[in-house]
Amino acid sequence: MTDTNNFDKNRLVNWFKLSSPSTFYPVAGKLIPFFWVLTAIFGLAGLWVSFFVAPVDAVQGQGYRIIFIHVPASWMSMFIYLVMAAWAGLGLIFNTRLSAMMAQALAPIGAWMAFLSLWTGAFWGKPMWGAWWVWDARLTSELILLFLYLGFIALQASIDNPRRADKAGAILALVGVVNVPIIYFSVKWWNTLHQGASVSLTKAPAMAQTMLLGMLLMALCFWMYTIAVGLMRVRAIILEREAHTDWVRQLDEVKV
Amino acid sequence: MWNSPAEFFAMGGYALYVWCSFGVCLAVLLFEPLSIRARNKAIIRRLKQEQLAEQFDKEGSQ
Repeated sequence: MTDTNNFDKNRLVNWFKLSSPSTFYPVAGKLIPFFWVLTAIFGLAGLWVSFFVAPVDAVQGQGYRIIFIHVPASWMSMFIYLVMAAWAGLGLIFNTRLSAMMAQALAPIGAWMAFLSLWTGAFWGKPMWGAWWVWDARLTSELILLFLYLGFIALQASIDNPRRADKAGAILALVGVVNVPIIYFSVKWWNTLHQGASVSLTKAPAMAQTMLLGMLLMALCFWMYTIAVGLMRVRAIILEREAHTDWVRQLDEVKV
Repeated sequence: MWNSPAEFFAMGGYALYVWCSFGVCLAVLLFEPLSIRARNKAIIRRLKQEQLAEQFDKEGSQ
Protein backbone atom coordinates (compact mmCIF):
# COMPACT_ATOMS: atom_id res chain seq x y z
CA MET A 1 0.00 0.00 0.00
CA THR A 2 2.89 2.37 0.71
CA ASP A 3 4.57 1.97 -2.66
CA THR A 4 1.81 3.95 -4.39
CA ASN A 5 2.23 6.93 -2.10
CA ASN A 6 5.03 8.61 -4.02
CA PHE A 7 2.67 9.35 -6.93
CA ASP A 8 2.43 13.12 -7.26
CA LYS A 9 3.35 14.24 -3.75
CA ASN A 10 3.23 17.94 -4.63
CA ARG A 11 -0.50 18.19 -5.02
CA LEU A 12 -2.71 19.21 -2.12
CA VAL A 13 -5.16 16.38 -2.60
CA ASN A 14 -4.18 13.32 -4.52
CA TRP A 15 -7.42 12.25 -6.16
CA PHE A 16 -5.98 8.98 -7.44
CA LYS A 17 -5.03 8.00 -3.93
CA LEU A 18 -8.49 8.92 -2.66
CA SER A 19 -10.08 6.53 -5.11
CA SER A 20 -8.80 3.57 -3.11
CA PRO A 21 -11.28 2.34 -0.46
CA SER A 22 -8.57 2.16 2.23
CA THR A 23 -7.74 5.87 1.98
CA PHE A 24 -11.29 6.98 1.32
CA TYR A 25 -12.77 5.20 4.36
CA PRO A 26 -11.15 7.42 7.06
CA VAL A 27 -11.59 10.61 4.99
CA ALA A 28 -15.32 9.89 4.60
CA GLY A 29 -15.56 9.27 8.34
CA LYS A 30 -14.13 12.73 9.05
CA LEU A 31 -16.43 14.46 6.55
CA ILE A 32 -19.72 12.98 7.82
CA PRO A 33 -20.20 15.18 10.95
CA PHE A 34 -19.47 18.28 8.88
CA PHE A 35 -22.28 17.44 6.44
CA TRP A 36 -24.68 16.63 9.28
CA VAL A 37 -24.10 20.09 10.75
CA LEU A 38 -24.80 21.68 7.36
CA THR A 39 -27.96 19.54 7.03
CA ALA A 40 -29.21 20.80 10.39
CA ILE A 41 -28.42 24.45 9.64
CA PHE A 42 -30.09 24.46 6.22
CA GLY A 43 -32.98 22.32 7.51
CA LEU A 44 -33.80 24.62 10.42
CA ALA A 45 -33.47 27.75 8.29
CA GLY A 46 -35.57 26.15 5.54
CA LEU A 47 -38.34 25.05 7.93
CA TRP A 48 -38.38 28.49 9.53
CA VAL A 49 -38.85 30.18 6.15
CA SER A 50 -41.38 27.51 5.03
CA PHE A 51 -43.68 27.94 8.00
CA PHE A 52 -43.08 31.41 9.41
CA VAL A 53 -41.78 33.67 6.64
CA ALA A 54 -43.35 32.52 3.36
CA PRO A 55 -46.78 34.13 2.93
CA VAL A 56 -49.98 32.15 2.51
CA ASP A 57 -50.85 31.25 -1.10
CA ALA A 58 -53.75 33.17 -2.66
CA VAL A 59 -55.27 30.08 -4.30
CA GLN A 60 -54.13 27.09 -2.25
CA GLY A 61 -54.16 28.60 1.24
CA GLN A 62 -51.80 26.96 3.77
CA GLY A 63 -51.95 23.65 1.88
CA TYR A 64 -49.31 24.82 -0.58
CA ARG A 65 -46.59 24.54 2.12
CA ILE A 66 -46.10 20.93 1.03
CA ILE A 67 -44.12 22.46 -1.87
CA PHE A 68 -41.17 23.02 0.49
CA ILE A 69 -40.48 19.30 0.72
CA HIS A 70 -42.17 18.09 -2.45
CA VAL A 71 -40.01 20.07 -4.86
CA PRO A 72 -36.63 19.41 -3.15
CA ALA A 73 -37.43 15.67 -2.87
CA SER A 74 -38.36 15.55 -6.56
CA TRP A 75 -35.22 17.44 -7.60
CA MET A 76 -33.04 15.18 -5.52
CA SER A 77 -34.69 12.01 -6.84
CA MET A 78 -33.72 13.03 -10.39
CA PHE A 79 -30.32 14.49 -9.50
CA ILE A 80 -29.25 11.50 -7.40
CA TYR A 81 -30.15 9.22 -10.29
CA LEU A 82 -27.81 11.15 -12.61
CA VAL A 83 -24.99 11.09 -10.04
CA MET A 84 -25.56 7.39 -9.39
CA ALA A 85 -25.49 6.60 -13.11
CA ALA A 86 -22.33 8.69 -13.51
CA TRP A 87 -20.55 6.77 -10.71
CA ALA A 88 -21.79 3.46 -12.11
CA GLY A 89 -20.55 4.47 -15.59
CA LEU A 90 -17.14 5.47 -14.21
CA GLY A 91 -16.94 2.11 -12.47
CA LEU A 92 -17.77 0.36 -15.71
CA ILE A 93 -15.18 2.29 -17.75
CA PHE A 94 -12.26 2.46 -15.31
CA ASN A 95 -13.08 -0.67 -13.37
CA THR A 96 -12.67 1.17 -10.06
CA ARG A 97 -14.21 -0.49 -7.04
CA LEU A 98 -15.00 2.69 -5.14
CA SER A 99 -17.13 4.29 -7.87
CA ALA A 100 -19.34 1.22 -8.05
CA MET A 101 -19.67 1.31 -4.26
CA MET A 102 -20.69 4.98 -4.46
CA ALA A 103 -23.43 4.13 -6.96
CA GLN A 104 -24.62 1.35 -4.68
CA ALA A 105 -24.63 3.69 -1.68
CA LEU A 106 -26.69 6.34 -3.47
CA ALA A 107 -29.45 4.07 -4.83
CA PRO A 108 -31.47 3.68 -1.58
CA ILE A 109 -31.39 7.45 -0.88
CA GLY A 110 -32.62 8.11 -4.41
CA ALA A 111 -35.38 5.55 -3.97
CA TRP A 112 -36.47 7.21 -0.71
CA MET A 113 -36.45 10.64 -2.39
CA ALA A 114 -38.61 9.32 -5.25
CA PHE A 115 -40.95 7.76 -2.68
CA LEU A 116 -41.16 11.05 -0.75
CA SER A 117 -41.81 12.95 -3.95
CA LEU A 118 -44.74 10.65 -4.78
CA TRP A 119 -46.01 10.56 -1.19
CA THR A 120 -45.99 14.33 -0.65
CA GLY A 121 -47.40 14.74 -4.16
CA ALA A 122 -50.33 12.48 -3.26
CA PHE A 123 -51.00 14.47 -0.09
CA TRP A 124 -50.87 17.64 -2.13
CA GLY A 125 -52.94 16.31 -5.03
CA LYS A 126 -55.80 15.10 -2.84
CA PRO A 127 -56.88 18.53 -1.53
CA MET A 128 -56.00 20.45 -4.72
CA TRP A 129 -57.01 18.08 -7.54
CA GLY A 130 -59.36 15.84 -5.58
CA ALA A 131 -57.33 12.70 -6.33
CA TRP A 132 -54.43 10.96 -4.56
CA TRP A 133 -53.15 9.65 -7.86
CA VAL A 134 -53.73 10.20 -11.57
CA TRP A 135 -51.94 8.50 -14.47
CA ASP A 136 -50.47 11.80 -15.53
CA ALA A 137 -47.21 11.90 -17.53
CA ARG A 138 -45.17 13.45 -14.74
CA LEU A 139 -46.50 11.22 -11.96
CA THR A 140 -46.11 8.09 -14.04
CA SER A 141 -42.55 8.88 -15.10
CA GLU A 142 -41.62 9.62 -11.47
CA LEU A 143 -43.11 6.25 -10.48
CA ILE A 144 -40.94 4.61 -13.16
CA LEU A 145 -37.92 6.36 -11.61
CA LEU A 146 -38.77 4.75 -8.26
CA PHE A 147 -39.02 1.35 -9.99
CA LEU A 148 -35.65 1.95 -11.68
CA TYR A 149 -34.04 2.56 -8.29
CA LEU A 150 -35.72 -0.54 -6.85
CA GLY A 151 -34.69 -2.55 -9.91
CA PHE A 152 -31.08 -1.41 -9.54
CA ILE A 153 -31.03 -2.40 -5.86
CA ALA A 154 -32.75 -5.74 -6.51
CA LEU A 155 -30.51 -6.59 -9.46
CA GLN A 156 -27.34 -5.93 -7.47
CA ALA A 157 -28.65 -7.90 -4.51
CA SER A 158 -29.52 -10.88 -6.71
CA ILE A 159 -25.99 -11.37 -8.11
CA ASP A 160 -23.56 -13.02 -5.70
CA ASN A 161 -20.33 -11.89 -7.31
CA PRO A 162 -19.97 -8.18 -6.36
CA ARG A 163 -17.92 -7.25 -9.43
CA ARG A 164 -20.50 -8.78 -11.76
CA ALA A 165 -23.30 -7.15 -9.74
CA ASP A 166 -21.56 -3.77 -10.26
CA LYS A 167 -21.43 -4.25 -14.01
CA ALA A 168 -25.03 -5.40 -14.40
CA GLY A 169 -26.25 -2.59 -12.14
CA ALA A 170 -24.22 -0.01 -14.06
CA ILE A 171 -25.81 -0.99 -17.36
CA LEU A 172 -29.30 -0.81 -15.87
CA ALA A 173 -28.51 2.60 -14.31
CA LEU A 174 -27.14 3.99 -17.59
CA VAL A 175 -30.10 2.78 -19.66
CA GLY A 176 -32.48 4.27 -17.08
CA VAL A 177 -30.96 7.76 -17.49
CA VAL A 178 -33.31 8.23 -20.45
CA ASN A 179 -36.16 8.54 -17.95
CA VAL A 180 -34.78 11.64 -16.22
CA PRO A 181 -35.30 14.13 -19.08
CA ILE A 182 -38.70 12.54 -19.67
CA ILE A 183 -39.70 13.41 -16.09
CA TYR A 184 -38.24 16.88 -16.31
CA PHE A 185 -39.88 17.83 -19.62
CA SER A 186 -43.10 15.82 -19.15
CA VAL A 187 -45.02 18.94 -18.13
CA LYS A 188 -43.97 20.60 -21.39
CA TRP A 189 -44.31 17.70 -23.79
CA TRP A 190 -47.73 16.52 -22.66
CA ASN A 191 -50.84 18.12 -21.31
CA THR A 192 -50.57 17.22 -17.68
CA LEU A 193 -52.63 17.87 -14.60
CA HIS A 194 -49.35 18.54 -12.83
CA GLN A 195 -48.35 22.19 -12.94
CA GLY A 196 -45.33 23.41 -14.90
CA ALA A 197 -41.86 23.86 -13.44
CA SER A 198 -41.88 26.07 -10.35
CA VAL A 199 -38.38 27.30 -10.96
CA SER A 200 -37.10 27.96 -14.45
CA LEU A 201 -33.59 28.89 -15.51
CA THR A 202 -34.79 30.96 -18.43
CA LYS A 203 -37.59 33.10 -17.01
CA ALA A 204 -38.17 34.98 -13.79
CA PRO A 205 -39.51 32.80 -10.98
CA ALA A 206 -43.30 32.73 -10.90
CA MET A 207 -43.46 32.84 -7.12
CA ALA A 208 -42.74 35.07 -4.16
CA GLN A 209 -39.05 35.50 -3.37
CA THR A 210 -39.50 34.13 0.13
CA MET A 211 -41.16 30.96 -1.22
CA LEU A 212 -38.23 30.47 -3.58
CA LEU A 213 -35.79 31.05 -0.71
CA GLY A 214 -37.55 28.44 1.44
CA MET A 215 -37.45 25.90 -1.37
CA LEU A 216 -33.77 26.50 -2.07
CA LEU A 217 -32.86 26.19 1.62
CA MET A 218 -34.76 22.92 1.88
CA ALA A 219 -33.11 21.71 -1.33
CA LEU A 220 -29.66 22.50 0.17
CA CYS A 221 -30.68 20.64 3.34
CA PHE A 222 -31.66 17.56 1.28
CA TRP A 223 -28.43 17.86 -0.65
CA MET A 224 -26.24 17.89 2.45
CA TYR A 225 -28.33 15.05 3.92
CA THR A 226 -27.75 13.00 0.76
CA ILE A 227 -23.98 13.49 1.00
CA ALA A 228 -23.92 12.64 4.73
CA VAL A 229 -26.04 9.49 4.35
CA GLY A 230 -24.24 8.51 1.14
CA LEU A 231 -20.87 8.68 2.91
CA MET A 232 -22.23 6.70 5.86
CA ARG A 233 -23.53 3.96 3.61
CA VAL A 234 -20.43 3.82 1.42
CA ARG A 235 -18.37 3.23 4.58
CA ALA A 236 -20.60 0.30 5.54
CA ILE A 237 -20.32 -1.11 2.01
CA ILE A 238 -16.51 -0.70 2.06
CA LEU A 239 -16.28 -2.60 5.34
CA GLU A 240 -18.48 -5.40 4.01
CA ARG A 241 -16.66 -5.77 0.73
CA GLU A 242 -13.11 -5.31 2.02
CA ALA A 243 -13.64 -7.46 5.11
CA HIS A 244 -10.92 -9.89 3.99
CA THR A 245 -8.19 -7.21 3.66
CA ASP A 246 -5.48 -6.36 6.15
CA TRP A 247 -6.27 -2.66 6.38
CA VAL A 248 -9.81 -3.41 7.61
CA ARG A 249 -8.37 -5.73 10.28
CA GLN A 250 -6.02 -2.96 11.40
CA LEU A 251 -8.82 -0.41 11.87
CA ASP A 252 -9.24 0.84 15.42
CA GLU A 253 -12.91 -0.05 15.53
CA VAL A 254 -12.31 -3.60 14.28
CA LYS A 255 -9.07 -4.49 16.11
CA VAL A 256 -9.42 -6.84 19.07
CA MET B 1 -48.98 35.13 10.33
CA TRP B 2 -50.04 32.67 13.03
CA ASN B 3 -52.04 34.05 15.93
CA SER B 4 -51.92 30.94 18.10
CA PRO B 5 -50.22 27.53 18.18
CA ALA B 6 -53.65 25.93 17.50
CA GLU B 7 -53.96 27.94 14.32
CA PHE B 8 -50.48 26.86 13.27
CA PHE B 9 -51.28 23.17 13.75
CA ALA B 10 -54.62 23.53 11.95
CA MET B 11 -52.76 24.79 8.82
CA GLY B 12 -55.85 26.59 7.57
CA GLY B 13 -57.79 23.32 7.31
CA TYR B 14 -54.99 21.42 5.54
CA ALA B 15 -53.55 19.88 8.72
CA LEU B 16 -53.94 16.26 7.56
CA TYR B 17 -52.16 16.86 4.25
CA VAL B 18 -49.39 19.15 5.47
CA TRP B 19 -48.51 17.14 8.60
CA CYS B 20 -48.72 13.76 6.86
CA SER B 21 -46.28 15.05 4.24
CA PHE B 22 -43.81 16.61 6.65
CA GLY B 23 -44.21 13.82 9.22
CA VAL B 24 -43.50 10.96 6.82
CA CYS B 25 -40.63 12.94 5.34
CA LEU B 26 -39.06 13.38 8.77
CA ALA B 27 -39.62 9.70 9.63
CA VAL B 28 -37.89 8.55 6.43
CA LEU B 29 -34.98 10.95 6.84
CA LEU B 30 -34.45 9.73 10.43
CA PHE B 31 -34.92 6.04 9.65
CA GLU B 32 -32.22 5.94 6.98
CA PRO B 33 -29.15 7.04 8.99
CA LEU B 34 -30.31 4.97 11.99
CA SER B 35 -30.62 1.83 9.88
CA ILE B 36 -27.16 2.44 8.38
CA ARG B 37 -25.70 2.84 11.86
CA ALA B 38 -27.23 -0.48 12.91
CA ARG B 39 -25.82 -2.11 9.77
CA ASN B 40 -22.37 -0.66 10.46
CA LYS B 41 -22.40 -1.92 14.05
CA ALA B 42 -23.43 -5.40 12.90
CA ILE B 43 -20.53 -5.55 10.41
CA ILE B 44 -17.99 -4.40 12.99
CA ARG B 45 -19.29 -6.92 15.55
CA ARG B 46 -18.96 -9.70 12.96
CA LEU B 47 -15.43 -8.66 11.97
CA LYS B 48 -14.35 -8.57 15.62
CA GLN B 49 -15.80 -12.03 16.26
CA GLU B 50 -13.94 -13.36 13.23
CA GLN B 51 -10.65 -11.97 14.54
CA LEU B 52 -11.30 -13.39 18.00
CA ALA B 53 -12.09 -16.79 16.50
CA GLU B 54 -8.81 -16.73 14.58
CA GLN B 55 -6.87 -15.80 17.70
CA PHE B 56 -8.39 -18.69 19.63
CA ASP B 57 -7.60 -20.97 16.73
CA LYS B 58 -3.93 -19.93 16.78
CA GLU B 59 -3.61 -20.26 20.54
CA GLY B 60 -5.32 -23.65 20.44
CA SER B 61 -2.96 -25.05 17.84
CA GLN B 62 0.20 -24.00 19.71
